[in-house]
Amino acid sequence: MNEKTKTKKIEINSKVWLLISLGAALIVWYLLSIGPATSRSFPFLDKVIPAINTMIDRGVMGKDIASSLTSIAMGFGLGFITALPVAFLMAWYQPVQKILEPWINFIRNIPALAYVPLIVIAAGVGRRPQVILIWICTFMTMSITIYQGIRNIDNTLIKAARVLGANDFDIFVRIIVPATIPFIITAVRLGLGAGLTTLLAAESTGAQQGLGMRIRSLQSTFDTAPMLMYIILIGIIGMILNGIVNFIERRLTGWQEKRGQ
Amino acid sequence: MAREERAVKLHIDNVRKEYDGRNGKMIALNGVNLDIMENEFICVVGPSGCGKSTLLNIIAGLLEPTSGAAYLDGQRIQGTSVERGVVFQQYALFPWRTVLKNVTFGLEMKKVPPEQAKEIAMKYIKSVGLEDFANSYPKELSGGMKQRVAIARAYAVNPKVLLLDEPFGALDAQTRTQLQTELLNTWEQERKTCFFITHDVDEAIILAQRVIIMSARPGRIKRIVDIDIPYPRTQETKSHARFLELKAEIWNEVYQEFLDAKK
Repeated sequence: MNEKTKTKKIEINSKVWLLISLGAALIVWYLLSIGPATSRSFPFLDKVIPAINTMIDRGVMGKDIASSLTSIAMGFGLGFITALPVAFLMAWYQPVQKILEPWINFIRNIPALAYVPLIVIAAGVGRRPQVILIWICTFMTMSITIYQGIRNIDNTLIKAARVLGANDFDIFVRIIVPATIPFIITAVRLGLGAGLTTLLAAESTGAQQGLGMRIRSLQSTFDTAPMLMYIILIGIIGMILNGIVNFIERRLTGWQEKRGQ
Repeated sequence: MAREERAVKLHIDNVRKEYDGRNGKMIALNGVNLDIMENEFICVVGPSGCGKSTLLNIIAGLLEPTSGAAYLDGQRIQGTSVERGVVFQQYALFPWRTVLKNVTFGLEMKKVPPEQAKEIAMKYIKSVGLEDFANSYPKELSGGMKQRVAIARAYAVNPKVLLLDEPFGALDAQTRTQLQTELLNTWEQERKTCFFITHDVDEAIILAQRVIIMSARPGRIKRIVDIDIPYPRTQETKSHARFLELKAEIWNEVYQEFLDAKK
């Protein structure tokens, strides 16, 4: 009972804080829009909102969003279904981990933009190089995160299951898998973030459409209002994806002990 | 106590356990021999590093001795088994399972039909007074409640012996006292063979029929003290003259070991 009133209190607070934060951002944005050095880069709401109509009228906005989301979905999907078994293999068989982990960490730290040309030379232009690039980046992030999660599973839980008669299969299905779910969700969150941040690099592969490609093309005409609108759009997509992950997390891992606030 | 009339439940035969440490071999246990009788309550005390947890893990089948062996009912212990239930200090509840589902875990492994498993589990959950929390998750429970669930979970599969590794070590003094009393009551009724590790001398005397004092480096059995205080025992027993006598005796012995271990 006590807990409920507590959560409610925090809810009200966090909504108020969100409004305050939004207001503060608008003030900063407005100041940037009137500053002599920054006004060209940061047109205010009154110019950015009409830009939405312009882009819709030009018939590109929907296609750009659809194209980017398709690339992210495909790249992320491939990243997820490959990261999962690789993470388990690394946790299970030390040689796999010893051979793979250093390289995953090595490649993970290289900005994707750096090896875009190599991917394009190998995979041509169009959808394929975009998906491959996002696949690589999301795979690196997610495989390491899930692997570390499996490694951190409390060994006592495995012992407790064993003394209650669990065999290796039971331990995998009933202990390792549920104990790994929180880490898989964290990996998905980080993976989606990696997918979005790789978008610009991915769409610099001669893409015909896409949010990242459009921002680059608007750059050549210094058309800052729609450019800023697209940038904000990427941020909003990120927040929506994060919201979806949060929702899934609450449904799947409500049993988790909360660590601090 | 006519111990001779009872059957030997657990037989520990010249157990030695070595670990490969950074500074070469570390001998955790050496020449440990012990017979634990049917229905007996044994407490093991000793300073940290005397290998008492190692001994428990060997009986549980979670560790293999370097040489020697442990036997349950004359059968050599190899690997874990539901015959030997374990209660861990860190509770080790499965956080994604409710109290009820934690207690049914071992029954599920035994392929007990779900309805029957639930019935058995509820019986033990009731016996530890947590029937109102059957559908709660471990995160909603206090430390004492968690350990009650862990004890119910160990009892539910009806093991032949119960191994308890400092089960009340992480609890506050009041909760610890309360759980001691509960465990004592349960044991007085069921007389399940218990092997209980603690570093709390009071706890060892109030619970056990025999207290095993271990010494460190290498861990071995130093002395076995018969606790000749009749059951039923209560918390008041702690102020009896004989209790205080035994306490002084065992405490001195353990403290000496602690000092020696530090050298």
